[in-house]
Parts: sequence; C-alpha cells; structure tokens
Amino acid sequence: MATRILTLIAFLFAVAFAPLPALAQDDLAAEINALGPGSFADRTKAIDVLVATGDERVPPVLQALSDGNLYIRRSDGKVVIATKAAVGLQLTDPVDGADLGALPASELEKIKTNNGLRGRIRTAIGKLTLLSPDQPVRLAAAQSVLKNADPAMLELLDQAIAAETDPGIKSTMELARSVIVLKTDASVDDKRAAIDLVVAQNNRAAQTVLRNTLDTAPDELKPTIAAGIDSIGRTLAVWDVGQNLLYGISLSSVLLLAAIGLAITFGVMGVINMAHGEMVMLGAYTTYVTQLVIQSVAPGLMEYSLAFAVPAAFLITALIGIGIERGIIRWLYGRPLETLLATWGLSLVLQQLVRTIFGPTNKLVQPPTWMSGTFELWNLSFTWNRLWIIVFAIAVFIALQIILNRTPLGLQMRAVTQNRRMASAMGIRTPFVDAMTFGLGSGIAGMAGVALSQIDNVSPNLGQGYIIDSFMVVVFGGVGNLWGTLIGALSLGVANKFLEPYAGAVLAKIAILILIILFIQRRPRGLFALKGRAVES
Amino acid sequence: MTGISRMMAGFGLGVAMTAGALAPITAYAQDTIKVGVLHSLSGTMAISETTLKDTMLFLIDEQNKKGGVLGKKLEAVVVDPASDWPLFAEKARELIAVNGVAAVFGCWTSSSRKSVLPVFKELNSILFYPVQYEGEESEKNVIYTGAAPNQQAIPAVDYLMSEEGGAVKRWVLEATDYVYPRTTNKILEQYLKDKGVAPEDIKINYTPFGFSDWQTEVAAIKEFGSAGKKTAVVSTINGDANVPFYKELANQGVSAEDIPVVAFSVGEEELAGMDTSALVGHLAAWNYFQSVDNPANAEFIKNWHAFIGNDKRTTNDPMEAAYLGFNLWVQAVEKAGTTDTDAVLKAIVGLEVPNLTGGTAKVLPNHHLTKPVLIGEIQADGQFETVWQTEGDVPGDAWSDVLPEDKGIEADWTDPLTGCGRFNTATNTCEVAPAAM
Amino acid sequence: MLTQLLFRALDKKAIWLVFALVFIAIAIPVANLAIPEGNPLHLPNYMVPLLGKYLNYALLALALDLVWGYCGILSLGHAAFFALGAYAMGMYLMRQIGARGVYANPVLPDFMVFLNYKDLPWFWNGFDLWWFAFLMVLFVPGLLAFAFGWFAFRSRVTGVYLSIITQAMTYALLLAFFRNDLGLGGNNGLTDFKDILGFNVQAATTRAGLFAASALALALAVIICSAIVNSKLGKVMVAVRDAESRTRFLGWRPENVKLFAFVVSAVLAGIAGALYTPQVGIINPGEFDPANSIEAVIWVAVGGRGTLIGPIIGAVLVNAGKSIFTGAFPDFWLYCLGGLFIFVTLFMPKGIVGLFQKLRPRKGKEASSAAEAGEDPSTLPQSKPVPEPAE
Repeated sequence: MATRILTLIAFLFAVAFAPLPALAQDDLAAEINALGPGSFADRTKAIDVLVATGDERVPPVLQALSDGNLYIRRSDGKVVIATKAAVGLQLTDPVDGADLGALPASELEKIKTNNGLRGRIRTAIGKLTLLSPDQPVRLAAAQSVLKNADPAMLELLDQAIAAETDPGIKSTMELARSVIVLKTDASVDDKRAAIDLVVAQNNRAAQTVLRNTLDTAPDELKPTIAAGIDSIGRTLAVWDVGQNLLYGISLSSVLLLAAIGLAITFGVMGVINMAHGEMVMLGAYTTYVTQLVIQSVAPGLMEYSLAFAVPAAFLITALIGIGIERGIIRWLYGRPLETLLATWGLSLVLQQLVRTIFGPTNKLVQPPTWMSGTFELWNLSFTWNRLWIIVFAIAVFIALQIILNRTPLGLQMRAVTQNRRMASAMGIRTPFVDAMTFGLGSGIAGMAGVALSQIDNVSPNLGQGYIIDSFMVVVFGGVGNLWGTLIGALSLGVANKFLEPYAGAVLAKIAILILIILFIQRRPRGLFALKGRAVES
Repeated sequence: MTGISRMMAGFGLGVAMTAGALAPITAYAQDTIKVGVLHSLSGTMAISETTLKDTMLFLIDEQNKKGGVLGKKLEAVVVDPASDWPLFAEKARELIAVNGVAAVFGCWTSSSRKSVLPVFKELNSILFYPVQYEGEESEKNVIYTGAAPNQQAIPAVDYLMSEEGGAVKRWVLEATDYVYPRTTNKILEQYLKDKGVAPEDIKINYTPFGFSDWQTEVAAIKEFGSAGKKTAVVSTINGDANVPFYKELANQGVSAEDIPVVAFSVGEEELAGMDTSALVGHLAAWNYFQSVDNPANAEFIKNWHAFIGNDKRTTNDPMEAAYLGFNLWVQAVEKAGTTDTDAVLKAIVGLEVPNLTGGTAKVLPNHHLTKPVLIGEIQADGQFETVWQTEGDVPGDAWSDVLPEDKGIEADWTDPLTGCGRFNTATNTCEVAPAAM
Repeated sequence: MLTQLLFRALDKKAIWLVFALVFIAIAIPVANLAIPEGNPLHLPNYMVPLLGKYLNYALLALALDLVWGYCGILSLGHAAFFALGAYAMGMYLMRQIGARGVYANPVLPDFMVFLNYKDLPWFWNGFDLWWFAFLMVLFVPGLLAFAFGWFAFRSRVTGVYLSIITQAMTYALLLAFFRNDLGLGGNNGLTDFKDILGFNVQAATTRAGLFAASALALALAVIICSAIVNSKLGKVMVAVRDAESRTRFLGWRPENVKLFAFVVSAVLAGIAGALYTPQVGIINPGEFDPANSIEAVIWVAVGGRGTLIGPIIGAVLVNAGKSIFTGAFPDFWLYCLGGLFIFVTLFMPKGIVGLFQKLRPRKGKEASSAAEAGEDPSTLPQSKPVPEPAE
C-alpha cells in the first residue's frame, strides 16, 4: 500500500514538473512521421525535436526505433510501430496505440538506425524517464544520465534527486550529479564535494570519471583528484587479483568438465581415448537437437531446454560409449596404446559423420536468459553463464565421487580396474562393468558438451580444441585419481589466467605446457600418484 | 626374396594405386571443360570452405543449365585438401597435371594460397581466390576476387572515425596471430598514426587460432575503453575463435553503443551459430551482405536456396566473390574462345560483370576487382543492415599506398607474358626478378 | 673391411630392403626422365615429388619405429623433430632465394620485409651456407631430443606420461612457431623456394635427384637401424621395452639406452623433414600438429611395428591411400581412413607385416617376437588379446 502511494506521489511529481505541456496529437504525429525519410543526420534532428517536446508518448516510440520496430508504411508514408505477427507484421499507431491491422513485410520499410542513433535515443529516454513512476525504468534512466553526464541535465537531476525515495537509485543519481558538476564551472567547493562523492565509489567507473576531469579541473583540485585516482587504483589492483582468480576458476571449471570424463575412460580404465573430444562434441549437438525438438513441440520450455539437454546428452553419449566399448575397446584390453589408434580412427569417423549429418557450419544453441548477462559484486564482475558452468562442474564432480564411492556399481568399477581377474573371480561380471564404466565416462563428456555449447562453437571441430588440454589435465593430476583431475584443472586454469595478462595468450599457454613437462620430471606419475605395486607397471 | 618381395609389393602397390587412381579419364575430356574446386571439406577450415565448394557446384550447375561454356558442359573436379597446407599444393598439382582442369577455384587462408602459388606458377594455370586477404601480392596466375585491405579495413576505420560512426578516438586491434591480421594491423596502425591517433590510444593484441577463453581479453578491452575517449575494436579474429569471442562480449555486456566492434572476418555464416540479440549494432565491413536489397541478389539467394534445398542457408561475401570470379572466368573463356591460360588471362583484364549489390566488378590490371565497401550493423535476426557504403566501387590496391615502402608500387598484368607484379612507378622498373623458369 | 662390418650388422632381410631402395632410387628417376612420355613405363612429373614425400614419411615412420617398436617409447611428438629438420632446410632454402623475392631484398626473406624486420634475426645467421644448414638439420632435432630425453628418462617418466609430455612438447612448439614474432614466418611458414645447392627446385631433374636422395636416405636409415637393432645394444633396447625394471636390476642403465635410441630417432626424423621441404615446397607450423605425430604412429602400426619394413610399408600405403581418397571421395575419405585405423587395430594387431607372417608361418622367431612390441607383458594381466566375446 505504502509503495503505491509513493508511486502515486512520484507520478504526480513527474506530471507537475513536466517541462513542457504535451503537444497536440497532430503535431506529434507529424513529428514522428519526420523520423521516416532522409539520412541518419535527418533522423537525428527529428529525434531531437521529439525529445524537446517532453511528451510522455515519445519514449516508447524512440524505444521502438532503437529496437528496429519502427517502419514506414509504403502506401502513405506513415510511421508505424510493427511487431512480428503470425502473418506479416502487426501495426500499431505510435501516437495513440491504436491497432492498425496487419500488413505483409513487403508493404513496409524498416527505419534504419545505427549505433549513434541508438546511443542518442538511450540518452533521450534517460532524460524523459528520469521521473518515471516505474522503479527499474528510473534506475536505467539514472544510469544513462550517469553515462552521458550532460550538463544540461543538472536541473532535472536535482528535481529527481529531491523526489527519489529508493536509496540505490538516489546514489546513482547523486553520482551522476557529481560527474556533471565536475564538468561544469561550478565553485571549487562544490567540485571538491563532488570529487569526494566520486572517490567514495571506489570502483573503475569512478576512476574513469576522475581521469577524465583531471585535465580540465582547477589547479587547486588536481592533487585531490590525482590522490583519488591513485587510491582507487590501489583498491582495484587488489580486486584485479580476485578477478583473475575468478577467471582462472572459470577456465578451470571448463577444463575440469572437459577432462573429467577422460579421467574415467583414460584415468580409471587406461583407454587412451582420443575420441573423448568427439563425445563432448556429440553432447553439444545433442543440446542443439534438444532445442530444436523443444522449439517445435513446446516452445514455452525453451528457457529450460538445458535441463532436458543434460540428461539427454548423458544418455545418448553414454549409449554411444557403451557401443564403442562393446564394439571396439573390449578387444583391446591389455593393449592400451592400441586403443589410441582405434579411438583416433573413431574420432575421424565421428567428426565426419557429424559433418555429413549436420553440415560443417556452426549450429546455434540458444542461451537461456538466466544464463546471459553479467552482474557486479564488490568490484568483481561475474557473468552468469560462467558462474553456472562452475556450479555445474562442481555438481558433476560431486555426483561422480558419489557414484564411484557410494554405489555398488562404483565399487565394482573400482574392483575391476584394480584387479580384473580377482574381481572376476569374486563373481563380478567384468564385461558389464567395463561397458558401464566407459559409458559413464562418455556420458559425462556428453554433459560437458552441454556446458561448452554455451561458450564455444557448436561445430564438428569442437572436441579437437579440448582433447589435448584434457589429457594434460588428467596426466598432470595423476592418472586414476579424480581429485588429481580436480586439482590439475584448478592449477592449470588459474596459472594460465594469471600468466595471460603479462605474457599474452600464446606465451601463457606455452609456459603452461613447459610447466607440465617440467612438473612431470619431478613427479613422473602426476600430482597424485597411485601407490603400491601397480606403480611399476 | 622375402624382404624384397614385400618391399616391392608395398611400394609397387602404392605406386600402382596412386597412378591408377590419379590417371585421367581421357574419354571424358573431349566433351567437357573441367574446373577444379580446391576447398577444405574436413579439418579446421571445413567450417568456412565447404560452403564455397557448394557455391562452386551451384554456379557450375547454373552455367550448365545455360548451355555451358564454348558449347561444352562444365565438369567440377572436387578434391579435399583437408585444411592441410602442404596437401593444398599436392592437390593443386593433381588438379592441374592429372585432371587437366582449365582453372581452379579455391583456397581460403593465406597459408593455403602461399602453398599453392609455386604450383600455379610452375604449371601455368589460373587460381580464383575468393576471400578478403592481406594484399601485398599480385601474381600472374591468381585472380583475387575478394577484398584487398583498401576495400575493407581502411573504409571501415574511416567510417568509425567519422561523426556518423561515433568519432572513435581510441582503438583496440584484436587479432588472431597470422599473416592477414598482422598485415592489416600494420597498415591500420600506420593509417591511424597518419590520421593523428596517438600511439598510446592504439592497443594491439594477438591470440592463437581457435582461442576460446576470452574472459581476460574482453575485460582488457573494457578497461581500455574506460579511459574516457570513444573506443572501438577492430577485430581480425579468425573463424573458429569468433563465436566464443562474441559470446563473451555479449555476456560481459559490451554494447555496441559504448564500444563497437568492427570485424573483417565475421559474416552471415559465422553469425548463424550465435544468438545475435545481444550483439545488435556491432559492425562488419564487407563488399556484400545478404540483406542488400537488389533484384540480382534476390535471384541469387532464391536459386541458391533451391540448389542447396534449405531456405535457411545464408549467403556471404566470399560466396559473392566466388560468384564474381566464376562469371569473370566464363566471360574470359568466351572472349578468348579457348581455355588456354595465357589467352584467358589476357582476355580477363578489363572484363566487367555486374555484382550482387548493384555495382560492377571489373578486373583491374593488378588482378584485383573493383568493389563497393559496405559497413553493416548486426541485427537480432543474424543479418547485417547496411549503415554506410562507399559511393561507387573502390578499385582493389595490391600494394597498400599507406605503407611507405609500397608507395608508388603498382602491378600490371594487361599482357600476361610481359606483365609485372611489383612495378615501381618512381624508378620505372619491375622489382620482381623474372620467374626462374 | 667396411662392407664386411656392414654385412655383419645387417640381417638378410635388411640387405634386400636396402637393395630394393637403391633400385627404386635409380629406377624412378629413370622412368621419369629417360623413358619418353607415352611409354607405359614413363612416370609423369607430378608423381616424383609425391613418391618422394611418401619416402620421407616412411623415414619418419622408421625413426619412430626405432623408439616405439624396439625400445617401447611411444613418442607422440616425433612430428616436432621432423618439422625442426624441415625448418632448418627451409631456412637454408629461404636464404638461397636472395634478391629474387618479391621485395628483392638481398638478405631478408619476403615475410621479414613484410613484417618490418630491419635485420636478420641472429638464429638465421649461417643458414646461407649449405653445410651449416645441413648440420643444423641433424643438430637441432638431436639436441632437442637429447635435452628432452636426458631429463625425462632420468626422471623415469614412462608409458602414457611420456607420451603425453612428448605431445605437450610438440604442441608447445606448434604454438611457438605460429607466433609471427618468432621470426620464422608464422602461420604461413617458409615457401616460394627457388634453388637448392644451385639447382632449381622446380626442375624435373632436381626433383628426381631429391627423390633419389630420399630413397638413399631411407636406405641409409635402414642400415643404421638394422645395425643398431642387431647389435648388443639392440638386444638391450628390446629388453628395456619388454621389462625395464628387470633390465635395470641386471645392471644396465635403461635411461642411457633410451636416450641413445631417442636421439638417433630424432636425427633420422630431422633428415626426413629436411628432404620433405624442397619436395613439398612449403614448411609451416602445421607440421608440428600433435595430430601429425599420431598419424605417424598409425603408419607404424598399420605396417607392423618392431620390424624395419613395416613402418615403410605402412607410411607409403596410408599416404598413398590418403592421396587417392581425398581426390576420389572428397566427402567420404575420412570414413575410409578412420575405418582403416579401426580395422587394422582390431584385426591386424601386428600390422600388414604380421598378416604376411600369419599367412606364411615361418621358423624365424625373431620377427614375431619383435612384432609383439610395445607393452611389458609381465605387468599386464591379459597380454593375450581377444577375450571371450562376453554376453
């Protein structure tokens, strides 16, 4: 109830302080129609005219222009808002929102925009909606004003700050005000206060603001600004380490996902599985197919398509894995190096198979909205998809540990890999366990493919990009030890990301490879070497 | 007996198999004109090159429907050089020497072109090369139907420096480490400095092929762009690495209004693998966009969709370049009345064919074409929208005038037998030593 | 005296093999140059460098077989040695171009002019002299193998760990050579060669000469390998392969034996690379690709490892197949190749040579025991493959 009253007050405020009276309908329609013809420069002028009206009906029109939904009706040159409909495009009148019926696309001409126009529109909408009753709209407006820091906005901003009730939006507005103050020729005291406010933000944006004002500031303020830049710089240097660590962990999670399936097929079973990358690739293609199916059967579920893709990818790649084990690998136990040859041949065949079926080009896997975008926490920036991949990698790792250590199948797997003949004598059906183990490793690789489809190409070459890194991770961590794979992925990923800013991407990668070679000299069996008699094998 | 028999059996079998399989089928050769298609169908480049193979088959099919060339049907000889550069040279030799093709359409990467170049020179055949490239080359035996740097990179930078393009003052040149980006960046760096951009406002970064973890690089771009001056990224990132790069851009919220990215290697086909709704406004510079509204283009797209049996398949700039090259070759052969290399090369200089964007592609004496330059912004539907284009067509410049060492250098193959690939107009001498024959 | 020594070192099969190679070294150039076109025995020009390339690959395969088939070291990085030798030769050929490059710079190769180099990088010095370049062909791969092997074998890195770090080595080199800053032409590599030792590389006679050199180099390598494997050292190598620990307990130093084999093998691979460059006409970092190393392993496996002739047959056959299939079935050749690898591994565990031996069982046990190669039977519970087709 209280919020509603507040909104009402804010709205009344907005109406009362609206800079200009609303225009007559015809004038507005004519001005909107002026958006249509001419060059980008003409359009810019038309936008300025519209913004100057201050009419509350203008922002939606500009937004439509920015989104590419504004069209010219070829028959009479009227500018209309059009949205996709079942047949052709559905038209609405930009002035009064009246339904103008549907038209085929050929009857309409899209009004072009470019980056410059979009930027201008963003600023204009910011101006026009700074007093909007809608909280998110106001926040966006405040941010847009902050970005552009137009001195002409100062008066409007003061009104908005006075009316603002939300502390978050208010602080953004106050920061915007400070930035504007620094640009104008306000008194030194005002500017000093503004600088203090900016410095208190203590983030990269604040540092940028200070850097920009350093040259134009009055001389007596320059030391203050420089000190501010330095102090923020020190804070940021600390946060940069954190950010690098975060990037490193994110890369590690990708490496872990890519390698952990291999840790089973190669690490536990001893199969040098060169087709591992192709299992990852098949997982990514399963995601693609799953989305196609969902799109046609239940488009409403697209948001959750990955939830279907994960089990689907697991099942399909696990079945393929079992097929491979039964068809090829089982004839090669005891000849591990030969599995390399057979699986290499297999990887060629699988790649070409996917190329034949799906074509050689990249496939589009839609990212769900909950996996897009970024958010700032303290001075770190997190991207949602990377965060989810980290969570997913941890979940897969835990699940795998549970399967191996807490289930009868896991027990049998460990028994068979440790001593096949003994296990067989104990009544374990070793061929069955072999097939299941290989299937498990392949299935996990397939699930990794679902995650990778979010950040990489979905193409027949997807797997090739990860196979070498996966082997490095498994060998570095120690063959046959899942914890080793985890630690291996973490150390390689983090080390890579810490080297990259200094050495560049290529040298960092070379350095990591040399590091692995040297490390293996020190510990010829990887980080976590298996102990006992098996060591001498 | 044992050793030698096995040895001979193995080796002899190899020779026999190779010779047998490579032996030309002479009976056919009389009725058709053979055309070589040399594009990777497997390996890392298959992702880009397979489409060009299909395009060639499509164009040859169309031409045969019109009755072929010189009254003979065309026959495509397709081979797979498997993204393996030495194999390109081997396959080129096979196409020319064994299959007796009249011309070869192929190659994508600079490495593959460099690899086959000696073969084309030695066996005196023609290569039509359909991809934008780094320039600094003009050969008797190659017709470059893609863009030279002055037909892509420089207009794009000009646009971004203009008021309309955002008046960019600070530049990130983000690139894959190979020769095309190296040269393009070298030219651009010189060009920007000539335009008064301070060296500290240019940041050049190279990453390896197939690079997939862009977190650090994109963060660095954001930081570089936060210095208060309008910043843009010029991307010469190669094929595979683009998708993860753009995905990271979208995720870290680098919007085109703040830091536009202009790419020279990202076309409709690359965008088909991405959700472009978060990338709206980022740019690409090409000589052709599928979205160009033109009857010739609409016809081309319609026929292409009919041929490939999928109306979702995109068209792109290298496809148009292949289209131009093929049509030019057909015209040149008709004009010369023969497929003989030297006669065709003599006939082709000065020929004109209409391109798909309403202009004309003319073969210049330096074996490059005239092309319009289009700047397009990415749209939510995966297409580009032209926001700027040059007035008229830009002639391709083999040797960039921006580089001091190439000032006044021209190439002239009007007469293929006495032409020169690197002619210094200042000293009036041909700087290339005569080919060792 | 020398011949006597030679013959003592060679077994009968190796002698035949050497004779066959010498015969080919003469016959192919004759068929190409002396026999007129139109004659069914005439060999067309394009075939000569192609066959030469197969022989270079055969030499690489033989080198790999020396360490893998006889010493149990599965190197997944032999392409690196091959490529280093090829680059050394490529650098010599680049210097030979001289002022005939596009930019007509008498010292700097084209790509350096292109990338604004002012001076020749230091490591390019000396490569204008043929003897220096040829020395480097042997020395650079040998040195890398020595340094790498010295550490790895002394640290007792074995089995897959060794395989993977050799792969890491070639991968690191691949990335390094892709860098244009390295001064070796980056992704494009070295190309557009003109002369070798004063002869035009594109001339038919030079090509025939290079072919003959390839065949003779292979013959020489067969002699060397045969001498090694038939010596006492060779026996120790096989012992290291089959039971490293036992060999060590008997007082041998397996690391030294391995190091010797590894270095010899690397040098042979380097020679193969050096002969490959002028015949193919380009050398670029793609040669370092780990996939190439794996392919070389596959040639050995297809031919039959632990024999001298197997790798040669394997390399020639697989590559000839590749040449044919990429032309004849461009869309399907990967199925053929991939299928072949699976087929060979499953049904011909001893490769083509093993198949011949199976068809014609012979008294000599030597060959069959050698073809057993690879694993240490004592530690693998099922050294006999083919378990019951269960379920």
